[in-house]
Amino acid sequence: MTLASERPFAMSLSSTTIEEPPSAHRVPIVGGPPPGAATLEAKGACAWFGERLVLEGVDLVMPAGQVTALIGPSGCGKSTFLRLLNRMHELIPGAALDGEILLDGEDIYATGTRAQQVRMRIGMVFQKPNPFPAMSIRENVLAGLKLARLKCDAKDDLVEQSLIRAGLWKEVRDRLDSPGGALSGGQQQRLCIARSLAVQPNVLLMDEPCSALDPTSTRRVEETIDELRGEVTVVIVTHNMQQANRVSDICAFFLAAENQPGVVVEQGPTAKMFSTPEDPRTLDYVQGRFG
Amino acid sequence: MPDTAVADPPAPGESRSTGPTRRVVTEVPSVVDRRFNAITLGSGIAVLVLLVLVGIFLLIQSSEALSESGILRFLTRTEWRTDVQPPRIGVMGLLAGTVLVALVGIVVAVPLSIFTALAITEYSTARRRRWLIGVVDLLAAVPSLLFGLWGFLYLSDKIIPISTWLTQNLGFIPIFSTQENASLTGSIFIAGIVVGLMVLPIITSVTREVFSQTPPGEKEAALALGGTRWGMIRSVVLPYGRGGIIGGSMLGLGRALGETIAVALLLPQVPQRIGDSIHILQNGGATVSGFIANRAGADSFTVSGLMAAGLVLFIITLATNMVASVVVARSRSGVGVEL
Repeated sequence: MTLASERPFAMSLSSTTIEEPPSAHRVPIVGGPPPGAATLEAKGACAWFGERLVLEGVDLVMPAGQVTALIGPSGCGKSTFLRLLNRMHELIPGAALDGEILLDGEDIYATGTRAQQVRMRIGMVFQKPNPFPAMSIRENVLAGLKLARLKCDAKDDLVEQSLIRAGLWKEVRDRLDSPGGALSGGQQQRLCIARSLAVQPNVLLMDEPCSALDPTSTRRVEETIDELRGEVTVVIVTHNMQQANRVSDICAFFLAAENQPGVVVEQGPTAKMFSTPEDPRTLDYVQGRFG
Repeated sequence: MPDTAVADPPAPGESRSTGPTRRVVTEVPSVVDRRFNAITLGSGIAVLVLLVLVGIFLLIQSSEALSESGILRFLTRTEWRTDVQPPRIGVMGLLAGTVLVALVGIVVAVPLSIFTALAITEYSTARRRRWLIGVVDLLAAVPSLLFGLWGFLYLSDKIIPISTWLTQNLGFIPIFSTQENASLTGSIFIAGIVVGLMVLPIITSVTREVFSQTPPGEKEAALALGGTRWGMIRSVVLPYGRGGIIGGSMLGLGRALGETIAVALLLPQVPQRIGDSIHILQNGGATVSGFIANRAGADSFTVSGLMAAGLVLFIITLATNMVASVVVARSRSGVGVEL
């Protein structure tokens, strides 16, 4: 497969005193999501903004514990699809949808299912790093607990574990009480990842998480994604073909013809999508001939 | 090109030997720009001059009363008696009433304003938002005389049950206590509530402005973590808008301190006595502006004393407003907010 199997940077713990890998024991959270990664499946997903259909009939399985990359040119509905997956789409005035999004077989849009519950299980990292600037690093990591009203008796452990998983612990361990807004852009983005991981979600959605970052920070985030493999299902939107190739197991190619809603042209294992795709448009796109 | 002064560029051959030539490009503004500049600068200065002139006028007019009673004594005395010789006048009684009315007003108006602003920015569709903003702006356009009359003729009677409840149940708190058989009409409490409703629009519009500038990314982050809308407001919108809330409240306080008509109608305008405890729920009290409005047209010494009281109010409201704009401008949210 990809770099995943080599795990080149999995040793970020080398300078800490902990012997076991950070994921060896989960810090218990009362009322949080059930343990483990979950499979996410879209069935006939459609999305509208007002009267305009922007996404049509997306069927896509995002297997538990794997990394799924959503690729395609701008305006083809990848981000809209991503926001459908944790009910952020409905926050936009005039937004509507059709189809089902199944989280381990249960429709997240079923009547009686609360958006808050869904979002707690399906975390999200945004394009622009958005830590809470008035909060310290520690408070940022714990913000999800407060917002989702979860209880945790070992908050220090949770902060440490989340920051280790996000690959930020070594850089901030001595200044957990300094403001989160004072970090560099790449550190802020990893803080946002740590903040999402602290709720211990089953799925983590990432909307172009590296597009505002420099190459070094990008590499750190990619290492983090790599380390999350197996523990959390990751769905990542990216414009960077190399990144999709490096980090993902499965790849879905979105495309929208002019004045037409976005559709999934092709999907499959990343290696196949990048070497021998079935649709000529996919080949053109992954080889950088348009987009 | 007479408008542009440019030094001659060095000839290609000699530039190497003399080094680079420093050249400053200056442009003389066009006539249109110069005129416009003069007009805007002039208006700005005119406002400042006006402010200074008002201050000087008050200072000159009040000099008789101030020199007669002495500045310190005028500031600290609560009595206001011009029927004795020498007259014993002081501003402290009026000032106490002014501050109490304004504080009651702020306590009433700030929570209402914050919730109104949140209703507008966070809990409304675009249509309801426009409608609510319009209603609040309309409230700001109601003449203060009408507020005063409405408070005097209608609201006063409706508040008395609240006053009664407060004094019966919370009377052990000195400020809520009342003397026996005291009338509950014409109290600082009632005047404060009316003033609070009058300053509500200004506080609402400042807080609304800062709330609406909350970075959408932070709001989405809070919601994406599984927060409720209220949780998002508490952890993102309110902390972000804190400077605006404080600044807006102080701006409202500045207005409340100067409110005249409503308090002139509602309060008996008897200077507050500081010695015994203050009873905000019962008839009594005066504010600087209300007192001045009631006594204008008296003999020259009294007018001079009123001017002195006005000067004190002028300084206090000026200071309050200045602190308010500094607080707002310094806060993260207030950077782009006009006061």
